Amino acid sequence: MLGETSSPKSDRIGSAIPARAGAGLKPEHVAEILRTEADIGFFEVHAENYMGAGGPPHRQLEAIRDRYPVSLHGVGLSIGGEQPLDKEHLQRLAALNRRYEPGLFSEHLAWSTHDTSYYNDLLPVPYDRTTLERVCDHIDEVQETVGRRMLLENPSTYVAFEQSTMSEIEFIKEIARRTGCGLLLDINNVYVSCTNHQHSPEDYLAAFPMTDVGEIHLGGHAPDTDDAGRPLLIDAHDRAVDDAVWRLYESVVSNHGALPTLVEWDNDIPAWQVLRAEAEAADLILSRAEETVLWRVV
Amino acid sequence: MSMTVFPSKTGAKDFAGALLDSAAATPDGIVGPDGKAAPKRFNVYRNNVVVSLCEALGQIYPAVKTLLGDEYFNAVARAFVTRHPPQSPVLIWYGGAFAAFIEEFPPLEAYPYLVDVARAEWSWLQAYHAADAAPMDPALLGALDPEKVGEARLEKHPAALLVRSDWPVLDLLRANRFFPEDAVAVDLSLSQSVLITRPDLDVEIRLPYPGGAVFIEALFEGFALAEAAGKAQSQCAEFSLSDCLSDCLSSGAFTGLTAGRE
Amino acid sequence: MKNKAMSAAIVAGAVATAVAGLAASVPAHAQAKEKCYGVSLKGQNDCKAGPGTTCAGTSTVDYQGNAWTLVPKGTCTTMKLPGDRHGSLTELKRDLPEA
Repeated sequence: MLGETSSPKSDRIGSAIPARAGAGLKPEHVAEILRTEADIGFFEVHAENYMGAGGPPHRQLEAIRDRYPVSLHGVGLSIGGEQPLDKEHLQRLAALNRRYEPGLFSEHLAWSTHDTSYYNDLLPVPYDRTTLERVCDHIDEVQETVGRRMLLENPSTYVAFEQSTMSEIEFIKEIARRTGCGLLLDINNVYVSCTNHQHSPEDYLAAFPMTDVGEIHLGGHAPDTDDAGRPLLIDAHDRAVDDAVWRLYESVVSNHGALPTLVEWDNDIPAWQVLRAEAEAADLILSRAEETVLWRVV
Repeated sequence: MSMTVFPSKTGAKDFAGALLDSAAATPDGIVGPDGKAAPKRFNVYRNNVVVSLCEALGQIYPAVKTLLGDEYFNAVARAFVTRHPPQSPVLIWYGGAFAAFIEEFPPLEAYPYLVDVARAEWSWLQAYHAADAAPMDPALLGALDPEKVGEARLEKHPAALLVRSDWPVLDLLRANRFFPEDAVAVDLSLSQSVLITRPDLDVEIRLPYPGGAVFIEALFEGFALAEAAGKAQSQCAEFSLSDCLSDCLSSGAFTGLTAGRE
Repeated sequence: MKNKAMSAAIVAGAVATAVAGLAASVPAHAQAKEKCYGVSLKGQNDCKAGPGTTCAGTSTVDYQGNAWTLVPKGTCTTMKLPGDRHGSLTELKRDLPEA
């Protein structure tokens, strides 16, 4: 099936991401997704996994892209880094955007590269003026180079910086205002970070600039404890979405309407049917939100 | 007691420096919700970095991992990733220096064949991600003037790689990666160089015929057919050009040819 | 050692044999010769290969094993050495030729 799918771009399904649930694309699921013609709103891929020259990854993504809208999620640009953005990496992101015409393109409020080393994790940034200026400059550069609006994802964090002078929400709001970028609201990250820093996730969400949000992420987290025995949640994406996160999600979509929603599952990856069921659960919540909105209009 | 405390500034340099060194102190200015230093919280990042990179290495080198066992592999991987962190955010390019690391790592000097297994697994991944190209049509070679066919030079396929080895690399890969359920007997007195290709989607590993490794290597280096065959013949009495050529053509190791001059 | 190029006639003959064999699309040579030559290993592990990036952390704990003090213990293979020795991961120090 994979080998015979290079239909021209014009035959492709539209690139716009619908206000439905999508799933993170995993290579081990592709054959079954294609075989069962899975009814899924969209698939999201990590950009860095498609930066090789050729081979099965591109063939799989082409087959998916011919049938579903795709969103592109960068993991390694290090927008929050102290040093200038990696120009070559930015060019690779721009090239992937041209090649696959994703409906959405997003990256993280985090850093992962320092000096020449890449740390393969989304590391936290201090919320102060200096960092704000730098992140805004980097986002301007990304949007200019890639030629489109990007979405910036709120992080999950385990530590705070003494030097921070702003709240995360103030910091993110100011970035969106200055750069015009959109936001990717990861509700699992909200829950993880708020638990870890002893804030109320409800208050966080009430203050979040929802009009800038173009996509929602949901995922699973693992429980642990910190130095003082307080709960510490790890953003592990290794299990089903937690009930508390589902409840927050339900309240967000009932208050603000349906938005494209991705279910992420990156470690201990389950059978496709399990991930699909998570996406269906999100779809159900989205459809109820649609009904509520229609009912209000009537 | 009341005094003004200026918050510590935490640079990325301090943060990054402490990530790969588990003996280093947690950087100043990193705190938990009570404003106090939080080493266990910082260790979440250390753990994420080291574990994810060790897992990446295990996905590149599954046969080496099986040969060493999970515990030992993770310990070696840990030694590697903390000394050689990725230099690019594109993780599919990470880990090429692992074979050389194993070769230089004193506790593993008694297991020299691990180095070649690692080289073969790295080559396998390079073939997997290499640019797509259609293999050469064998008829092109058949259509050349018989007088001149020995002067033809073949063009290497982007996904074609040769791994020369004095160890039974193919059997070690079969036993520890591709067919772990089968009882593959590995005879360490065998030498197996392997040709790795990806004519379309599937990566293929094959054992060239006697003399084939020398022949293929010479072709990859740009020698003409007759020169490459001469080299192979001089080093291996059993060399059969028709067998080796047939293997080269059916494996998709080449994309085309340059005919000799008229 | 001098490498003499093979003669044009021999090369042409071998090319004709190889091309004709492939055109018949029967791997006759694979049957006629030693079984393991020319037999390819393919189609294994191809759907998911190598590392992928992730935006997730991990709940797996790094136990910080020390490769200088641990002993490797592979489980999967039984290897045959010249003589009667067998082992799962085989130490070869005593067999290595003097450098």
